[in-house]
Amino acid sequence: MASLKTFRPNIVAFFCRWCSYGAADLAGSLRLRYPVDIRIIRVPCSGSISPQYLLYALMQGADGVWVSGCHPGDCHYRIGNMHARRRLTLFHNLLDYVGIERARLLFTWIAASEARKLQAEAESFVSAVSALGPARRLVKTLETCAI
Amino acid sequence: MNAYARRIREIARRLLSEKAVDAVVGYRAGTVPMRARPFVARTPAEAGELTWSGFCVGNLAKLAAGLSGRVAVCAQGCISRNLVGIIRENRLARESLTVIAVPCLGMLDARKIGARVNGRPVTGVREEGEDVTVTGADFEEVFRRGDVKRDTCLTCLHRNPVLADETVADPVPETGGGDSDKIIELWERKKPEARFELFTRTFRDCIRCYACRNVCPLCHCTSCFVDRSRPQWLGKTQDEPDVLTYHLLRAFHCAGRCTDCGACESACPVGIPMRRLTSKLESDARRLFGHEAFLSLDAKPALAVYSPDDPDEVFS
Repeated sequence: MASLKTFRPNIVAFFCRWCSYGAADLAGSLRLRYPVDIRIIRVPCSGSISPQYLLYALMQGADGVWVSGCHPGDCHYRIGNMHARRRLTLFHNLLDYVGIERARLLFTWIAASEARKLQAEAESFVSAVSALGPARRLVKTLETCAI
Repeated sequence: MNAYARRIREIARRLLSEKAVDAVVGYRAGTVPMRARPFVARTPAEAGELTWSGFCVGNLAKLAAGLSGRVAVCAQGCISRNLVGIIRENRLARESLTVIAVPCLGMLDARKIGARVNGRPVTGVREEGEDVTVTGADFEEVFRRGDVKRDTCLTCLHRNPVLADETVADPVPETGGGDSDKIIELWERKKPEARFELFTRTFRDCIRCYACRNVCPLCHCTSCFVDRSRPQWLGKTQDEPDVLTYHLLRAFHCAGRCTDCGACESACPVGIPMRRLTSKLESDARRLFGHEAFLSLDAKPALAVYSPDDPDEVFS
């Protein structure tokens, strides 16, 4: 039982392979320390992220979901992150609207050189999600699934 | 027979006998009162079966997209916008489509009428402009259309068709008078816990029949995410997370494309107001991107385009 010990969240991060994943790599090279609760999934582009990935992560029990891509204007595929911005903005607002805690979602733009920004975002996100405790809404558990 | 129906038959008969179209898509009377069935008339004689009433609440755009040859479609404001969408998504060519434009005063909600007459069996409904006369074995009551209209029609923003090759009547006032942003205020005022509680409660009765998906003219993937098993995006049960995830994704797939035709709500056998979700997405698309779905043939869906100046509010 997580609640008996100190709660450590499960955070799923979708990082664009050109920028944010590079930043995570650089953070490693620079020996920057950031919380270990983040599981990074490398994706080709933030524009390739379907909202259904995020919902799937939440449903499978992720306590937080983080999406990060290149700054607008810096997309390797020119406009992938522009499309991602529109799509994820609407999706973020929809999840907020139905009552999923805003703090469980983090969307950032992190360039490959911004290892320190990645470290700072990771620290603040993990502490925000830890403060919320384990995710319950939308999660498939014995508690939410009758019988 | 009302003037709309008479005019629709007239147009359909002419189009079919001149061989200008191969089929006219419209409605015919249902087998029970307060129902109309989608109908494809292929001969001038069959055109005589076409009708029009406040219960033509399906979405013919979807039916038309599945037909081959030249088709004519009876379309209110919302359906005409769906036809624009279907043309834009290359599911139907503009040249093979004839739009029979039906200016719309709002469609009726059989559930609301049923509640107004305290569940007594209704044998007929007569519509004259804003008056709706409901008759039963031993009663006859007159209601204002506004009181028995579907929710979606109360907040309609475009009642006159955006495409018109043939016209059934003179244009009507463009809006239903309601405020479509009011629908989402109901939840937005509340705290997150209360919103989730409302969300759960609203969709609790869902039986996962997928009527909302099947009637929706925006849904046309050959393999829908709910039917996929590898990966299985969500379970097939009626458990809360599965139901809620289904509705979130279904609504999101309509983002920036929904014309608020309300066919999903009308088709739902348990009366779930799923427009609570789609309205939020469309309201955001209006507010953030200044976008309304499919108002003209050269308009692209909100999520198919971008602007360098799009708001960055959810990104850090």
